[in-house]
Amino acid sequence: MNQHLLYSLAAVLVLGLIGYAGGSGMPYLFGVIIPYAAMVLFFAGFAMRMLGWVKSPVPFRIPTTCGQQQSFSWIQHSKYDNPSNKRDVLVRMLLEIFLFRSLFRNTKNEIREGKVVYNLEIWLWLFGLIFHYSFLVVLVRHLRFFLEPIPALLKVVEMLDGILQIGLPGILLSGFLLLGAALFLFARRILIPQVRYISLTADYFPVLLIASIAGTGILMRYVAKVDIFTVKQMTMSLATFSPVVPEGIGGLFYAHFFLVCVLFAYFPFSKLMHSGGIFLSPTRNMANNSRAVRHINPWNPKLKFVTYADYEDEFREKMIEAGLPVEKKE
Amino acid sequence: MSDKLKVLAGLLVLAVLITLPFWLNAGKSGAAPEIVIAEAAKKAGNCVESKEWMAANHMALLDQWRDVVVREGKHIYVSESGQEFNMSLSSGENSCLGCHTSTAEFCDSCHDYTGVGTLYCWECHIDPSKENK
Repeated sequence: MNQHLLYSLAAVLVLGLIGYAGGSGMPYLFGVIIPYAAMVLFFAGFAMRMLGWVKSPVPFRIPTTCGQQQSFSWIQHSKYDNPSNKRDVLVRMLLEIFLFRSLFRNTKNEIREGKVVYNLEIWLWLFGLIFHYSFLVVLVRHLRFFLEPIPALLKVVEMLDGILQIGLPGILLSGFLLLGAALFLFARRILIPQVRYISLTADYFPVLLIASIAGTGILMRYVAKVDIFTVKQMTMSLATFSPVVPEGIGGLFYAHFFLVCVLFAYFPFSKLMHSGGIFLSPTRNMANNSRAVRHINPWNPKLKFVTYADYEDEFREKMIEAGLPVEKKE
Repeated sequence: MSDKLKVLAGLLVLAVLITLPFWLNAGKSGAAPEIVIAEAAKKAGNCVESKEWMAANHMALLDQWRDVVVREGKHIYVSESGQEFNMSLSSGENSCLGCHTSTAEFCDSCHDYTGVGTLYCWECHIDPSKENK
């Protein structure tokens, strides 16, 4: 086991235990102060990163071109792989953000019978998509802890999530899909040698953190139940800025809650910022129109350009004296 | 400059999304409902299992009872303490709703507050407290 994996596993385990113990030892710190601080840190950090990035100069048109650029009318233009106007760029961005289109292009190469062959490798795309969307559903579902009365739309989401009506309390699919997809993304990192080679602590830690959040959540709902009535009293007190920490909420809840706080606080300083960064990717959000539009570097100094005719006007006599050819004699 | 404005607009959207619960809850107390224990339940003194265990596991117990009654035809539940109970949700006095006479006060108030799924008991069972009205 390499050090990166070991550090991440240890960090998640220790953080979970801190939350578990902290809930019974210092419930006000772990139930009120840390959550609020984590939210502030999340938003402030997120804004700081985004404003930092937007300051970066983007002097060149550097869209990734994945298809035929716009050319003659009789050459087919791949509009969304090589967009040439804002509308197509928008479509490309939406496809990227909501469907992870560039990941769908993922291929795997190998040597078969002495030849290099490329195969479509859609598993990363598929599980990535499942991971993100189930996380979204889980996040939306959790709004029920922070809203009273609960909006009808939220109940519809929960009904659809539990539509299979397996067991009681009914299985909510998104939670298990999230855990499964997170574990797939983790397994991929340790099982594929090339991916393992480039995986660092910053790669293992978030995926393990999210998997453990999903795991503790599932444990709380289906196995070691916590008193959800008291939990809602507490979360509602947070959402109405009148924090109270009722007694008798299990340590498992605090472990879950603290891990979520860690995720929020860690978010702006991690690779998870791809959520904001994707909007600012110059390789995606620019139109490839360099051959149609002249792009001038915005901070080019304003210089007076000297044409050859002006140059010759200035130095004509000296040039003739030196025997250099001139275009206009006198 | 326009890029900066776009980012600021995006951050504003994010800020609104994060603080959505605060806005939606503004002006509401969000207070928890009072749990009402019906007179008949108070008189009985105890449920089939301890109060804490029932609060956490009643749904699993009801699920188990349903399978045992419907598939195996057994109607007697023996509790941890050895007491025997009739396994029934809504049939007469000797059932869950025999003691907990008002489903609106006893079941729905908590379920609505915590938003734990939709009760689908009444798709098959008759709710006696509503039937009488």
